[in-house]
Amino acid sequence: MAYSEKVIDHYQNPKNVGTLDKSSKNVGTGLVGAPECGDVMRLQIEVNSETGMITDAKFKTFGCGSAIASSSLATEWLKGKSVDEALKIDNMTIVEELNLPPVKIHCSVLAEDAIKAAINDYREKNGLEKITFAESVVH
Amino acid sequence: MLKLPIYLDNNATTPMDPRVLEAMTPYFLNHFGNAASRNHSFGWQAEEAVDYAREQVAKLIGADPKEIIFTSGATEADNLALKGVFEMYASKGNHIITATTEHKAVLDSCKHIEKMGGEVTYMSVTAEGLIDLAELEATIKPTTIAIAIMYANNETGTVMPMKEISAIARKHGVLVFTDATQAVGKIPVDVNKDGIDLMAFTAHKMYGPKGVGALYVRRKNPRVKVTAQMDGGGHERGMRSGTLNVPGIVGFGKACEICMMEMESDTARISKLRDKLEVALLQLEEAYVNGSRTSRLPHVANISFKHVEGEGLLMGFNKNIALSSGSACTSASLEPSYVLKALGLGDDLAHSSLRFGLSRFTTEEEIDYTIKAISETVLKLREMSPLWEMYKEGIDLNSIQWAAH
Ligand SMILES: Cc1ncc(COP(=O)(O)O)c(C=O)c1O
Ligand code: FES
Repeated sequence: MAYSEKVIDHYQNPKNVGTLDKSSKNVGTGLVGAPECGDVMRLQIEVNSETGMITDAKFKTFGCGSAIASSSLATEWLKGKSVDEALKIDNMTIVEELNLPPVKIHCSVLAEDAIKAAINDYREKNGLEKITFAESVVH
Repeated sequence: MLKLPIYLDNNATTPMDPRVLEAMTPYFLNHFGNAASRNHSFGWQAEEAVDYAREQVAKLIGADPKEIIFTSGATEADNLALKGVFEMYASKGNHIITATTEHKAVLDSCKHIEKMGGEVTYMSVTAEGLIDLAELEATIKPTTIAIAIMYANNETGTVMPMKEISAIARKHGVLVFTDATQAVGKIPVDVNKDGIDLMAFTAHKMYGPKGVGALYVRRKNPRVKVTAQMDGGGHERGMRSGTLNVPGIVGFGKACEICMMEMESDTARISKLRDKLEVALLQLEEAYVNGSRTSRLPHVANISFKHVEGEGLLMGFNKNIALSSGSACTSASLEPSYVLKALGLGDDLAHSSLRFGLSRFTTEEEIDYTIKAISETVLKLREMSPLWEMYKEGIDLNSIQWAAH
């Protein structure tokens, strides 16, 4: 299977690889997937509690090129968005942007799940109620 | 001079040896006759060429030419052997013993046999991918007609103890069938010394053309028969009807002849390169060889790089190096290699594996390039891997509650 140019570009030059201090109150961490399934994604956001804006985002991913590209793209999109806007990032937007074939849709779902998990972690740390999301479909 | 891309997926298929192509060419254009045409020189010429190739093939495996049935490849030979024996020996019994690490052509033929009322035991293997001989003997029962164990595994290169397996089978009057697709032409295989009754192999894994293979069927001590699975003109002594693929068979014969002449020198050179590759890659932390390192084909290595995913890893260099991974994310199935799982590897390690298959044409420059490219990609991906970070922090990955899929 051939990868799209955009996937290759993110794979070769991933944006925002790294780790934020997960004990910080301003940082939300989402860890999704499982080693048995061949994909684990950790996505972190740093939020300015005054403005509700995401000031930084980092990821680390164990998975195929599409999973790496999906998480790299997600961190790019997250930076500068408000938490509420971030909630609206949909996996299909990632699929379109990266031109993912059907067998790779679950890699983008993982990224969407990671965003939601990171936001919920942030909310929980700051005394806000967790948001309940509908089960993601694929996997 | 290093030429890219580098091909290291020779367990999937090998390039043709130019000498094989040269031998085949006249049989497409000038000597195009049907080997079954008895009335003219075109037919006679084709028949002669097939006879000669049959001798070349037989000689490589220590067989008599009359014991070679040409087929379209190993898949067909596997089907013919298993289904053919099952039908032919129905009055003797219906039980077949095989192993979980066999090729799909064997496993799915066995599933078919089960549907036809047969009984199949799928033996598990040791961590090295080998059959436990005591367990094998204990599995034999009065209704057992055949043991089907592959000579060498296509994913790990692990070589089964065929002589010991056939000694047990002989003792109990059970036939031995082996899928020797990966072994023939690479290591010495002798149907008499190894005590094999039926054996499948194929030309395209030994520098010959695709679409041609053979089933060896023993004619003496004991005389073995299989029921044909393809009905028609009664070619190949009635066991496999269909006009013979003359150019393919000629190429197969030539490929066997070259393997026979050059096996020793090829093996000495290729195994050195394989060892160089393996030793260098094992310098990386948390890298493990899958399958046996002692009972193994000389040109194969299967290595897992913990905490990086195989498909992601391949992407780092697959523009320049052709390799295969046991990770399932490459296929739509999402299940990693059943062979590696049968060795007791966790899914995580199975997802992290690469299979290297070297060939007669592999050069030292290619191996040096590969070592460098893979090492760099593994290091780069580990920097990107949350699992590697946790491992480095001393977190037990099993203690984490992973989301269920
Ligand atoms: C062990 C084994 N058996 C059978 C086959 C199938 O061979 P063929 O492609 O000739 O049908 C292969 C090759 O994929 C193999 O490795
Ligand atoms: S992570 Fe499984 S295919 Fe992408």
